[in-house]
Amino acid sequence: MSDHVTEQAVELKNLRRSFGSVLALNDFSLDIAPGELVALLGPSGCGKTTALRALAGLQDLDSGNIIVKGKDITNLRASKRGMGMVFQAYSLFPHMTALENVQYGLRMQSVSKTQRQSRGMEMLELVGLTEQSQRYPHQMSGGQQQRVALARALAIAPAVLLLDEPLSALDAKVRSQLRDEIRRIQLEVGTTTLFVTHDQEEALGIADRVGVMESGQLEQIAAPAALYEQPASAFVAEFVGQTSPMLCEVINGRAHMLGCTVPTLPGSVQTGPAIALLRPENISLVHDPAATARVISSSFLGSLCRVIVELPDGTLVTAQMGSELVGSFAPGNTVSFRVSDQPVFAKPI
Amino acid sequence: MDKVTLGHAIRNSWRWLILAIVGLYLLLPIVSMADFSTRAGIDGGRTLDAWRAIPSAPGLIDSVIVSLQLAVLAVIGILVLLVPTMIWVYIRIPKLRRTLEVLCLLPLAIPAIVLVVGIAPLYRSLSQVFGSSPLSLAFVYVILTFPFAYRAIDGSLRSVDVHTLSEAARTLGASWPRTILGVVIPNIKTGILGACVISIALVLGEFTIASLLNYETMQVVINLLGKREGTISVAVSLAALVFAFVLLVMIPTSRNNSKQAEVNS
Repeated sequence: MSDHVTEQAVELKNLRRSFGSVLALNDFSLDIAPGELVALLGPSGCGKTTALRALAGLQDLDSGNIIVKGKDITNLRASKRGMGMVFQAYSLFPHMTALENVQYGLRMQSVSKTQRQSRGMEMLELVGLTEQSQRYPHQMSGGQQQRVALARALAIAPAVLLLDEPLSALDAKVRSQLRDEIRRIQLEVGTTTLFVTHDQEEALGIADRVGVMESGQLEQIAAPAALYEQPASAFVAEFVGQTSPMLCEVINGRAHMLGCTVPTLPGSVQTGPAIALLRPENISLVHDPAATARVISSSFLGSLCRVIVELPDGTLVTAQMGSELVGSFAPGNTVSFRVSDQPVFAKPI
Repeated sequence: MDKVTLGHAIRNSWRWLILAIVGLYLLLPIVSMADFSTRAGIDGGRTLDAWRAIPSAPGLIDSVIVSLQLAVLAVIGILVLLVPTMIWVYIRIPKLRRTLEVLCLLPLAIPAIVLVVGIAPLYRSLSQVFGSSPLSLAFVYVILTFPFAYRAIDGSLRSVDVHTLSEAARTLGASWPRTILGVVIPNIKTGILGACVISIALVLGEFTIASLLNYETMQVVINLLGKREGTISVAVSLAALVFAFVLLVMIPTSRNNSKQAEVNS
């Protein structure tokens, strides 16, 4: 066994899975280090859930290998894989209390009743629900149910914790709280985790690394900041964060537009006309009665504000700045703007 | 009294009136049966002679036992054949759900007489293997109960996300049998109980097929008795009706008990 194999907690190698003519996984490969939390991010139908379900043993593969802690588990049944999974839908067993739900996996492992009891309460304490231990799922809120589901998944000390959009059914506030809680617990327990979501804020906020998927393939996997600042493709640049497309001329790896010159990222068009994908925070606005760009709208977003500007050719550009400036850019104002020297991704026209 | 209160009062009166008419429609035959089965004669007066004579009515107790045995066999048939099949199709092969539904509902569309014409030759062969026991009627009764049992179980399966629950159980280490017995069935038990009760009621009330195939079940014997001893026949019918009614009442009661248990805990 090579050193590389022993270093990784999970290795997904060249996974392929098709549903009729649709290729859900197309030579998909991914390594996850022990204790790492990797988020798979992508639009609906990109294959992220299929990859997670394949790892759980709930989805057959056409080809490829799944290796967990150096052991090939490709053909192992789901019940023998020792994965803890939290589902998008509420999946607590309705006829069992919270504690019985948490103990279920331990019961399947024939753990003694005393140990089940103490481990179950320990897990409920971890998610802050000891007082709800005797409640049935229908007596708990959605957020509480998902926390019990997390405790249930962690109770069996899983080889890998699998989170299949566990927050998507919750309202915004609970979602944000539970996201932070999942991260806290994951760091505390140190379980290797694969988190699947279509919400980029969730993925960027929780993961050590984020993998962006499209058409069954991994477009890019990197730390959240690197993914945002150095997207490897136009798809990643456009899918992660917000961008404003703007015509530019690339000369020797530098994009020229609106009187500004900015460096381009690797993978961009190196020369000739292109479309630069500008991040809102890289655009700054200045009042200028002589300018031809006009403010269309400005939105207050708490600590930030977002201003949409229309250029004379009809192009819309979004700029982002501190919310103290929200009153300075009223709709109808004319503004000039400059682009900061941050590298941009330039895609072909 | 303001207009809103008056409107409520009128609507409530209508509701009670409709309830009273429906109640009367349902209760009148039952009261008439009770009245008829306790009449002393045309001169008037009351007697329980007909009810006391039930145990000694020729062939009646045997036929009741046969019908109860058939009901038990039909329930076993539902539990062994239909419940696992439906669960498996719902979880593993959902694209076959429509086909299974059509197959299960098919007996509703076939008149009993047509069914008998179709299965009579089969029963001649069956009688050579199993003898002419009336219990062989269980085969056709199981099929007859499919439409009603299917609907009851289907309702329960639709009300819970059995697919996700079974996947959760499997990832936690449960085998398929443990998943079905420990997770799926407890969550559809109301539907299964309903299917069993409806099946029992259906088998106890079935007359046409048993009569045409010349088997002596409770309904067949009640019919024969009715030609000789009308009051005993009606007394037995009423007893069977009350038994079926009690069974039907048991479904919501058991559901309420389980909910109450949850709330109490």
